Parts: sequence; structure tokens; C-alpha cells
Amino acid sequence: MSTVATPGRRKAKAGWNLLGLLVFVVAGFPVYWMLNTAFKPAKDAIDPDPSLLPTGITLSNFSRALDIADFWGPVGRSLIVSLSVVVIGMVVGLLAALAISRFAFRGRKIVIVGILAVQMIPLVAMIIPVFLLLNDLDQYDKLSGLIITYLTFILPFTVWTLRGFIVNIPKELEEAAMVDGCSRTGAFVRVVFPLLAPGLVATSVYGFIQAWNEYLYALMLLSQDHQTATVWLANFTTQHGTEYAPMMAGATMLAVPIVALFLLVQRKMAAGLTAGAVKG
Amino acid sequence: MSAVDTTTPAKVPAPPPDSPQRPRANRRSGGPAVPWLLLAPCLLILALVLGYPLYRLVTLSFQDFGQSQLWGFKPAEWTGFGNFSKVLGDSEFWQVVLRTIVFAAGCVVFTMVVGMLVALLLQRVSGWVKTLVNIALVASWGMPVIVATTVFKWLFDSDYGVLNAVLSKLPGVDMVGHNWFASGPEGLAVIMLLVVWGAIPFVVITLSAGLTQVPQELEEAARLDGAGPWGVFRYVTLPILKPVIVMLTTLSVIWDMGVFPQVFVMRGGHPEAEFQLLTTWSYDRAFVVNDYGQGSAIALLTVLLLLGVVAVYMRQMLKIGEVE
Repeated sequence: MSTVATPGRRKAKAGWNLLGLLVFVVAGFPVYWMLNTAFKPAKDAIDPDPSLLPTGITLSNFSRALDIADFWGPVGRSLIVSLSVVVIGMVVGLLAALAISRFAFRGRKIVIVGILAVQMIPLVAMIIPVFLLLNDLDQYDKLSGLIITYLTFILPFTVWTLRGFIVNIPKELEEAAMVDGCSRTGAFVRVVFPLLAPGLVATSVYGFIQAWNEYLYALMLLSQDHQTATVWLANFTTQHGTEYAPMMAGATMLAVPIVALFLLVQRKMAAGLTAGAVKG
Repeated sequence: MSAVDTTTPAKVPAPPPDSPQRPRANRRSGGPAVPWLLLAPCLLILALVLGYPLYRLVTLSFQDFGQSQLWGFKPAEWTGFGNFSKVLGDSEFWQVVLRTIVFAAGCVVFTMVVGMLVALLLQRVSGWVKTLVNIALVASWGMPVIVATTVFKWLFDSDYGVLNAVLSKLPGVDMVGHNWFASGPEGLAVIMLLVVWGAIPFVVITLSAGLTQVPQELEEAARLDGAGPWGVFRYVTLPILKPVIVMLTTLSVIWDMGVFPQVFVMRGGHPEAEFQLLTTWSYDRAFVVNDYGQGSAIALLTVLLLLGVVAVYMRQMLKIGEVE
């Protein structure tokens, strides 16, 4: 592209920009409409000819949403489950990721293929045997049971992602430290770990989001009395189907913190996902 | 542009020039047991929560397993291929299979085509438009699936949904009170829109990253040789992006064949016959009809159906992995 902007080229650019704005509106509208409905007075939410612009700001939908069913209980349970899954997943996953990225050993390739393959099994397909297993272990309707189950998708994801971050750290750095007298563990703690820290944070946040968003296992493996946040919102739909304004307030409360967390790590995760893909 | 840009020091210390290969290799291995010790906790957990259920899924699909077996009143009975012949002999099952394949194919094609178009568009717009679009994409990407599903349910509500109101403003269109979920195909089209809307950001952002790696000189050369915009895309851009496209397509197939919560929550926990996909069908057999054997058989058939796609994905990933 030359730097000289001829009138024709400028017109073309304006056309592309217009198309881009259309994409922005279409992609962003559902999010906008959720926020718009959450903050609008309840009577405006049941206007058959709704105004597309905000009609006034109120927090009453939020207090209504908190009244309809216990909100903080489910949120607390979601927090306990997601945090526990992330802590266990990160510790166990980091060890495994180190093994497959920093050691040459027989069977390494099979382990890598296995970890990739199990990520491909649809979770839904596993719900029947997992349900029966937790039933047998007396873990049905217990948070510990749900935590163990979530490891089925968090652990392979963690191992694979951390492996991606570790292989990007030059081995020579560790070797230099060892030449200078560090032990293998010392080299890891002093050289690799600090470089890996941002990757560790990004992976934990992403894993947390995945666990927080999970619905099916939470629905099937916990009773109504112990539901998690996503099940809380989905039940909102079934029991109070017509009260959309409080429902959107509930949706906003669940989505905003998650979207904010996601914004923090998105760039890093996207880069990690594609790093090798194009070069290869 | 790799993930460690911010973490890797600009100057990587060179390895000691004259260190012989052998001692290095020794120090690296540190005994053959170490990697397995590091792997042990991970493999143990996966064997318990994934390996055993997978084994159980296979055995269950060859067993007669219902309510009384669940409570332990009766032992599970082996029925050979009984569950499979029941499932495969059910004409409704084949309808569900066909519906699932059409639905997933629609989702994948729309996701990939629209994703590619948006990625190409983002190369041509001004910086501020690009920023706006990226904000919208990341916000919709980050939305939890359940939240997105409830929002779409609200958008498409028959009485107060904003979509019916806006469409009715168009001349000659009257959508007031239109029920989008009265028929299966129309309702599934709405769900497809929801899936595609949620999947596009990942595709666009990944493809955009890929597009930045396409060398400008190559496109320039093709243009000088007389290739039009389509020619440049078809013969220069597309071949370079192929590995990314293969990866994204296979991932999308796997994800879209596994769509469950969107249908389940949209239909209030009881999808009608016209809305059943393989996943909800398997769930329905197991937890509504209480035939866990048949449910497992359906789930197993779904996994088998996906194996071919998984194989393509794995080959691509291994190719990439070997670059290390």
C-alpha cells in the first residue's frame, strides 16, 4: 500500500470502515442489550416496542435478582470449586508440563498424544459414567466430587498450555545457570520460574474462567440446594421465565467479572495458542 | 509475537561454547525416573477421573443398566450389542444424527467463513474501527456460555424480545409475537447463531494473528504478476494460513458436535424431539428415560463419529509440536 491517499482509495477506506462498524454493532449488540436491560426500569423492559437507547438507570433489577433466589451461596460455591480446581491443576499440571517439555524419555510422545487426545473427548459424553463413579464413591452432591471432576478438563488444558510457555523459554538459560553452579532445581526456581510466572498467571486465570463457566457437571453432580452460579442463572430462566430484567441483572453480575478477567489474559493466551501454528 | 515476548530478556546468553554434548545430555536426563515421577500425580488423577469413566462408558454401553442397577438392587447384565442394535434400529436416532451433523456443519461453515471475512476486513479498516471491533469481539468471547444463552433467549423472546420489535419496523414485516422456537429448524437456527456468535471471536483473533505473518512481498509479487484480490487470497494467503485453518476447523467441529448447554437451557431443560442433538439425546436416554446403557451407547457412537476429525487435528498439532 502506498502512503499517498487518492480520493478513490479514501472512499474505499470509508466503505471498509462502515462495514467494520456494522460488525462492531452486530457483535457487540447482545452484550449491550444485556447491560441495557439490566439497568433499565422494570416497566421499560416489558415494553413491546423497546427503546434501543438507555431509558434511565436503576439498580432495582439487581436487588430483585438477589431476592428471587439465594445468589451469594451459589457464587461462594463456584468460587470454592474454581479456586480449588485451579490450585490443584496448576501444581499437578506444572510438574507434568515440565516432564514433557524439559526431559527426553521413552514414552514422552505417547504421553503428549494422550494429553492432547483426552482434551478432544466431549465432556457431555462422559457425564453418565462420571455420575455413576461419584455415586459409587459417595461423592455425589459434594463440592469435592465436583472439584475432582473438573480436573478432567482443567488438567489436560493446563499441562498443554504450560508446556507451550515452557518450551518458549530457552534451555540455554537454565544450562548457563547450572554451569555457574546452580543445581537443576535451583536453576528452575531462580531462572525458569520467574520467566514462567506471567504464563502461570494467565493459565490459572483462564482455567478459573473455564471452571467458573461450567454448567452441565454442576447441574448433574450437585443437588438443587448446592447449585453453582451458572446453574443459578439457568434456573432463573426456567422458574421466572418472564422476569427478564432481573435475569439480565443476574447475567451481568456473573459476566462482568469474568469478562474483565478474560480481558486481562486474552492477549497472552491467544498469542500462546497461535505461536507455533503459523511458523510451522 | 510469541507469548514470552515480555518475559524473555532481549539478550539470550549463548550456551558455553565448548561444553561437550555428552555431559549436557546426562545432566538433562537426570535419571529416567525423574520425568515419570513428575508425571505421576497428573497421570493418576487422569486415570481416575478420565480413564476409569471412559472404560466404564464402554462397558456400560454393553450392559443393561437402569434405575434398579443404579440403586444396586440388581447387578448389571451384559447384553452384548443389545444397546447398539436398539439405538441403531431406532429411526429417531438416525434423524438425530442427521440433525446433529447438519447443525454442526452449519455452525462450522458459518464460523469459519464469517470469521475469515471479518479477519480480512480488519486488515482494511482504520485503526480506531479495528479497536472498536476488537473490544466487541473480546467482550463476546469472554461471555460465559450460560450468560450468552440467557441473553439470546431474551433477544428472541416472542413478546418483549428486541429482535421482533426491530424486525417489525421494517416495511412489510410483521414479527410481533413471533415465536422463534415453535419449529425445530427455526429454533436450531437461532441456537446456531448463538454458537457462531460465541465462536467467531476466537477464529477472528487467531486468523488475524496469522494474517500478520503473511509476507507483504509475496502478495505484492502476486499482484504484479496480475493476480486480482481473489487470486492473491486463493494462491498466496490461503496456503500460508492452511495450518491455522485446519486447526481451527477441526477444533470447531469437535466443539460444535458437543453443543449441549445452549440447547438445554434455551429449551428450559426439556428439549423437544425436534431440538434433540446427539448430546441431548444421550442425556435424555440416560437421565430422563433412565436407560444408562443406551445413553452410553449413544455417547460412545458420538465419540467414534468424532475420531476421524480428532485424528486430523492431532496430526496438525504434532506437526507444529515437532518444530519446538
